[in-house]
Amino acid sequence: MIFAFDWTQLAQQIVIGLASGGVWATLAVALVLIYRSTGVVNFAQGEMAMFSTFIAWSLVNHGLSYWAAFFLTVAISFVAGVAVERVVIRPVESAPVLTVVIVTLGLFFLVNGAARWIWTPEVRSLPNAFSTRPIDVGGVAFSIQDLGNIAVSLAAVGLLWVFYRFTKLGLASRAAAVNPEASRLLGVRVSWMLALGWGLAAAMGAVSGMLTAPALASFDQNLMQPVLLYAFAGAVLGGIDSPLGAVVGTMLLGVLVNLVGTYVDWVGTELQLPVALAVILGVLLIKPTGLFGRESVRRV
Amino acid sequence: MRQRVLGSGLWLLVVGVALVVYLFAPTFVSDFHSRDLAHAGVFFIAICGLNLLTGYTGQISLGHGALMAIGGYTTAALVVHEHWRDVWTIPLAGLAAGIVGFVIGLPALRLSGLYLALATFAFAVAMPSLLKKFSGLTGGGQGLRLLESAPEQVTGISGTVTIFGHSMTQNHFLYYLTWAVGLVGFLLAWLIVRGRLGRVFRAVRDSEIAAASAGVNLARYKTLAFAISGVYAGVAGALLAIQDEIVNPLTFTFLLSILILVGTVVGGLGSLPGMVLGALFVQYLPDISTRVSDAQGVPDFVYGAAIILVMILLPSGAGGLLRRLARPLTTRLYTRP
Repeated sequence: MIFAFDWTQLAQQIVIGLASGGVWATLAVALVLIYRSTGVVNFAQGEMAMFSTFIAWSLVNHGLSYWAAFFLTVAISFVAGVAVERVVIRPVESAPVLTVVIVTLGLFFLVNGAARWIWTPEVRSLPNAFSTRPIDVGGVAFSIQDLGNIAVSLAAVGLLWVFYRFTKLGLASRAAAVNPEASRLLGVRVSWMLALGWGLAAAMGAVSGMLTAPALASFDQNLMQPVLLYAFAGAVLGGIDSPLGAVVGTMLLGVLVNLVGTYVDWVGTELQLPVALAVILGVLLIKPTGLFGRESVRRV
Repeated sequence: MRQRVLGSGLWLLVVGVALVVYLFAPTFVSDFHSRDLAHAGVFFIAICGLNLLTGYTGQISLGHGALMAIGGYTTAALVVHEHWRDVWTIPLAGLAAGIVGFVIGLPALRLSGLYLALATFAFAVAMPSLLKKFSGLTGGGQGLRLLESAPEQVTGISGTVTIFGHSMTQNHFLYYLTWAVGLVGFLLAWLIVRGRLGRVFRAVRDSEIAAASAGVNLARYKTLAFAISGVYAGVAGALLAIQDEIVNPLTFTFLLSILILVGTVVGGLGSLPGMVLGALFVQYLPDISTRVSDAQGVPDFVYGAAIILVMILLPSGAGGLLRRLARPLTTRLYTRP
């Protein structure tokens, strides 16, 4: 294996890893958004993204083009995310953290059940957003789809960053996350800022789902469960309260998983996730707040 | 003085009612249902263990299903490979899972909150793949079959079990066995919580820094909490293997860890009596949801909706409700006039 080391293959595998990492990154950023505002990991994030993907599939089935369905679904998901926060999360806003976590677990079952109730379990597929034709860069063949996935993911995360960094609403919601009491005194509607966070997270999740599905020959209601695991792991690796960390963490994880799966025979596809998690654990033991996480300082 | 007598009387009453319910429950339900109750007992033991860890020591674990796997596979391997009697493997299964729990507790010294959740979660996710990988010991994806490989060691194979000259069906035996272990586990947990160890655990939960400055050795007590919790999970896993007469990787997926966590929070963190309700909730909710309608997806929908509703109505779990119901009584008993 070592003797016939192929550098172009390595480059290819890295790009493939970045592409899957990019798709996970959008879901990881969704997790970070909710973590920063609500303080919990939303276990239902993947299922919500799956539901969005099924909405997109229905739209495409009714004759819309992929991109029309894409933007419409993002909008629908935003509204649905806000609605979910208002109906399900708001009643437990002041409850202990683990109670909220269990509510998101309940939401996981509920959304998954609803999707199987509405859309029967049959084999379905989404059209490819990008051509799967390979392009040649310096002797290395990259698929346009992989590059497109990376571009769309980064664009989505970039737009989100612009929103939080340069708009008044974004500033208000950051303030609400950092110091709810002071923000409330300054006239920020903190509770609605949480709902906004859930809406944006649902929209990001929708992007992730709609990029995941076309890459598969067919998909069903379990589409996003592995993606959620990778997104969670990547977000924690990057430091769960940092969106930039989530992107870098998932991208690194994507490359790591792909390389380990390709080059270490013993691991194969079966042990990819456990090995990746073990590596992350190693990193966390050295740097317990993740790569980009802030050390939290508390008054005793 | 009068209060103390009344207080002890109240406790004796509760214990007495629990014992009567325990002894006579199988006579009121069908033979088949006592197996369900036995299964609920497995959840009860695992949930008690997780509550000691999460509810009293403040350390989250998403990996208790994997600790149950250690216990279950210890039992199955001893029966299948070494031809031990199934029930005698329980202590060793508890010990094995306790040791593994101790080892998982080591990262907990560096990590807290979400990062600890990830560490234990990694363990839970990796477990099924690891079980498949080391197929020599674990039988790979097929798992280990107690009934086929060592039928003579399965208690109750002949259909009836005789204990103290009292013969009963295998399902009743499994029920009595599981809940007897469960009651012992409950009493031990109660003693731990009431004693010095419980105070130390709570101190760690409420503020690690304050506990450390009061002289608590954090490393020792955190890993100890993980080890004790692991013993409970291991015993629960062993009983599950004995009930099912088979173990395979599909039994011990991440979902099992989730169910135990749901049961613990629904039962009420930091409340031991609530754990019975948590276990019954986790055991019977799937049945009930299927009964609503078995159309594709509907049971899961109902299941999720029920979890959300319970959490909205009882944010501190069934334990919080029990405390609130008992408050008028206990206030009258314990406050001095």
